[in-house]
Amino acid sequence: MEEVEGLKYIAAALSIGLGAIGSGIGEGMIAAKALEAIGRNPEAGGKITPLIFVTMAITESTAIYSLVVSLIILFG
Amino acid sequence: MELNISLAPEILFKIGSFPVSNSFFWMVVVSISLMILILTIRYKFKQVPGRTQAAFEILIEGGLDFVQSIIEDKDIAKKVFPLVFTLFLFIMLANLITFIPGSAVVLESGEGKVSLFRAVMSDYGIVIVMTLVAVITAQIVAIISFGPFGYLGKYFNFSGMKEFFSELFRGKLKFGLLAQGFLDIFLGLMDIVGEIAKIVSLSFRLFGNIFAGEVLGMVMLFLMPWFLPLPFQFLSLLTAVVQAFVFAVLTLMFISLALKIDDEDLNEKATV
Repeated sequence: MEEVEGLKYIAAALSIGLGAIGSGIGEGMIAAKALEAIGRNPEAGGKITPLIFVTMAITESTAIYSLVVSLIILFG
Repeated sequence: MELNISLAPEILFKIGSFPVSNSFFWMVVVSISLMILILTIRYKFKQVPGRTQAAFEILIEGGLDFVQSIIEDKDIAKKVFPLVFTLFLFIMLANLITFIPGSAVVLESGEGKVSLFRAVMSDYGIVIVMTLVAVITAQIVAIISFGPFGYLGKYFNFSGMKEFFSELFRGKLKFGLLAQGFLDIFLGLMDIVGEIAKIVSLSFRLFGNIFAGEVLGMVMLFLMPWFLPLPFQFLSLLTAVVQAFVFAVLTLMFISLALKIDDEDLNEKATV
C-alpha cells in the first residue's frame, strides 16, 4: 500500500513537471516576440500589452491542466 | 506538516436539506455587494460625477471601447457588453475579496473545523456554471446568425460528398472530390470536439489558476511564514485580475466568432 502512495507522489510530480515544459517555452516565445515588437514600434505598446496577457493565459492553460491533474492525484 | 486541502468546498451549515458551502456563501456575498454598489451608483447618478462614479464611468467606458474594438458593430457590442462586463466584474471582485486579511478564521461545526473563507472561483461547480452560460450564449448567437440549418451544416458538412455523387451520376468518377467530402465530414466532427473542448479549457483555466494560487500560498506559508508567501501573493494578485480579464475576453471572442460568417461561406453563397 505504501508503494502505491509513493507512486502517487511521483505521478503528481511528473504530471506538473512535464506539463510545464511546453507552456514555459511558449510563454517565453510570446514575451520575446512581444518585447521585440514593442521595441520596434513603441507606440503599439498599449495595444500589444493586453494581448500579451490573453495569449499568455491561453498558453499557460496546458500547464494548468497538468497542475489540476496533479492536484487531483494528491488531494482528490 | 498537515495541510487541509480539498477540491470540494467545505459545507458550513444547512438550510433545510440545502447545504451551504463556504464558497457558495462568499459567492452570494460578492453578488449582493456588487448589486448594492451598482444600484447606489445608479440612483445617485449626478451630472458632475463624484469619485466613485467617475471611476466606474472610466471602467465602463474603457470596457465598452474594448468590446467595440473586437465586435466592430456598435449595436451588437452594446448587447454583448452587459454579459461580458458582468462576468469580468464578478470574477474580479470574487478573486480580489480573498486578499482581505483574516483568511484563517475557522468555524467549529459538527464534524470538526471548517474554514470560513474560500476563494469563490476555487469551487468547480460555480466556474462550470459560468462557463456553460458563456458557451451556450455563443451557441445561441451562432444559431441566430447562421440560421438553424447553417448552424447544423457547420458540424455535419455533407456538401463535398454531395458534389462527388452529383459528378458520379454524370458518369465522372472523381476520387479527389470523395477525399474532400470525407475530409469535410471529419473536420465538421472535429468542430464538435472543439466546442466541447471550449467548455473544458475555459472552466479549468480559471479554476486551476485560482485553486493553484490558494494551494501555493498555503504551502509557502508552511515553508517559511511571513516573508516567503509575499511574492507569491503579488503574483496571485496579478492572476486574479488577469484571469477575470481572460475569461471575459474569451467569452467575447466566442461570441464574435459565432457572429462572423467565414469568407469561404460567403464564396460558396456567391457561387451558389
